[in-house]
Amino acid sequence: MSQHRKQVSGWTAAIIIIVVFSLVPVAWIVFLSLKTPATATDGSFIPHQWTLSNYSDIFNAGIFTSALRNSIGIGLISTFLAVVIASAAAYAIARLDFPGKTIILAVTLGVALFPQISLVGPLYNLWRQIGLYDTWPGLIIPYMTFALPLSIFVLSSFFREIPWELEQAAQVDGATPFQAFVKVIAPLAMPGIVTTFIIVFIICWNDFVFAISLTSTTAAETVPAAISSFPGVSQFSVPYGDIAAAAVVVTIPVMILVLVFQRRIVAGLTAGAVKG
Amino acid sequence: MAEIEFEDVTKRYPDGFEAVKHMNLDVPDGELMILVGPSGCGKSTALRMVAGLEDISSGELKIGGNVVNDRAPKDRDIAMVFQNYALYPHMTVRENMGFALKLAKTPQQEIDQKVNEAAKILDLEQHLERKPANLSGGQRQRVAMGRAIVRNPSVFLMDEPLSNLDAKLRVQMRTEIARIQQRLGTTTIYVTHDQTEALTLGDRITVMRAGELQQVGPPGELYSHPNNLFVAGFIGSPSMNFLPGEIEGDTVKLPIGHVRIPDELRHRLQSGPGGGRRGIIAGLRPEHFDDAALVADRSRGVTFEAKIDVLESMGSEFYAYFVVEAEQVSSRELEELAADAGGADLPTAEGGTQITARLGADSEIKQGAEAELWFDSTHLQLFDPDTGRSLLAPRTNGAPTSTPVPTGSQPQSSS
Repeated sequence: MSQHRKQVSGWTAAIIIIVVFSLVPVAWIVFLSLKTPATATDGSFIPHQWTLSNYSDIFNAGIFTSALRNSIGIGLISTFLAVVIASAAAYAIARLDFPGKTIILAVTLGVALFPQISLVGPLYNLWRQIGLYDTWPGLIIPYMTFALPLSIFVLSSFFREIPWELEQAAQVDGATPFQAFVKVIAPLAMPGIVTTFIIVFIICWNDFVFAISLTSTTAAETVPAAISSFPGVSQFSVPYGDIAAAAVVVTIPVMILVLVFQRRIVAGLTAGAVKG
Repeated sequence: MAEIEFEDVTKRYPDGFEAVKHMNLDVPDGELMILVGPSGCGKSTALRMVAGLEDISSGELKIGGNVVNDRAPKDRDIAMVFQNYALYPHMTVRENMGFALKLAKTPQQEIDQKVNEAAKILDLEQHLERKPANLSGGQRQRVAMGRAIVRNPSVFLMDEPLSNLDAKLRVQMRTEIARIQQRLGTTTIYVTHDQTEALTLGDRITVMRAGELQQVGPPGELYSHPNNLFVAGFIGSPSMNFLPGEIEGDTVKLPIGHVRIPDELRHRLQSGPGGGRRGIIAGLRPEHFDDAALVADRSRGVTFEAKIDVLESMGSEFYAYFVVEAEQVSSRELEELAADAGGADLPTAEGGTQITARLGADSEIKQGAEAELWFDSTHLQLFDPDTGRSLLAPRTNGAPTSTPVPTGSQPQSSS
């Protein structure tokens, strides 16, 4: 009994530590966004003077709202394309036995490990020459490319878990391979597809390296790049309040995304397909 | 409705392994054909070639007279029941059963009608709106059957459909499948490794071993007149006992006694290859033994004494196990069977051959005691020890032409 109680209290302590550890920075930035510019650097955790002016500032400035629009648009399009292409590739890798399969997997892993910063320079020059600089496609292409290896990896492991018989049953039932994929395999792999979607979206959403290098105006600047160029009151003051407010605002879409799709990420969706 | 013909069909994998070797088989319209054999004998591969899930390396496969080698599964008008059912977990039972019709763009009203009909046959009506995860094993199995029935295909293919059910349910579903197949009259190929299922279910049975057909025939024929040692050992449960024997003149000398060979058979043995052969392998089915005390007319068989090591009561019968002093017969085919049954690792009876005998329920034989047993030698099977082929086959019209008659029983004691 006491053994049990000790275990419970141990777990409780561990959980509290983890929650505090991960939530303190979040709380800190929320409080920072609610401080007036004058008290922003006073070192207190809880604001002495509460204000919402930082939020109204960033939404009135124009640069932030356009950046938000760019981030959402570029993020969703890149993620959608990456997941669609990765699904097809992952399905092939999971199902087909073709020569060079391991090499392809190794190469994709290599691409994932490639330092992105080393590509920024060449891309900058190339994009300027072919007119992709400071456009949506100019960010969508690198985002999609760098998201593919991870997506293929995650998705192929999900596809591998789906019993092959289901697909064969669909074929015998009269489905073309494409129908079998769309009507049977994809719905079953939905938790994997959703998981991949969220991971890829967050990567695109938070990217700073490409965003700051390949954009220059509100035409394609995403939120992380825009935040870095927030103007201060004077040349030497940093607009901490505005930055904190923007950071709070940009986490909201990601949180909504995760909360909405969390219900789809349930294990055991394939339960009952085969003997049990 | 269609006839299925295998013409010299071979399945060769890229590594050169031949899973099915030059298979020739004709399944007439409406027949329930069982493919049976130990695991790895190529029976499932053969079935999957009919389904179109496996390419055919050479030969021709015809369904309803048309060569279907290069047709996709969906163009073959077949339905298949998978070993693990392969139900679509994200669809309800109704959607599962109607999936094929929906793909074929059948009007919704017709789909509903057909699904309801099939559900009625299979007693699934109250489960139509549930998902497979919420069904029991037997119900899932019936949904898998329903998915096949709904389409009214020309061929049913069943790949060990009952192997995931528990024993009692399996017997029930076995009867169910036979009933449905009879009612629909659809040509069916049914793959199983369970010889009981094969014997009880099939119109005809094909026994396969290592990709080759061993024997094709109705259950009774395979049971009474096996072509070779493999079929003899595979069909029947408990399986046939094998003893080494010797032919001397007109008698077969067995460790349990001497049996006279009828003239007709003797001529055949002498005229056959290696005429006047001496050594043979004799096959004795457990059910052709009995407690000598229960046999009124012992003249049709041999009587002998044995010490009963183990006696198992089944209620309706006894199984007696005893050891006969004789060299264990060795044959590749029998070793394969033993390995498949997992019996290869079991210790063999020392210095003898273990025999299983089925005795009547009235027997008063006791475990551990000497007992007088009797074997009905009219059912004795004789095999060539080198080729494994039956010496009693081939027969002209299926009727046994030889009935070995005993020459006075010479009981021999067994350990």
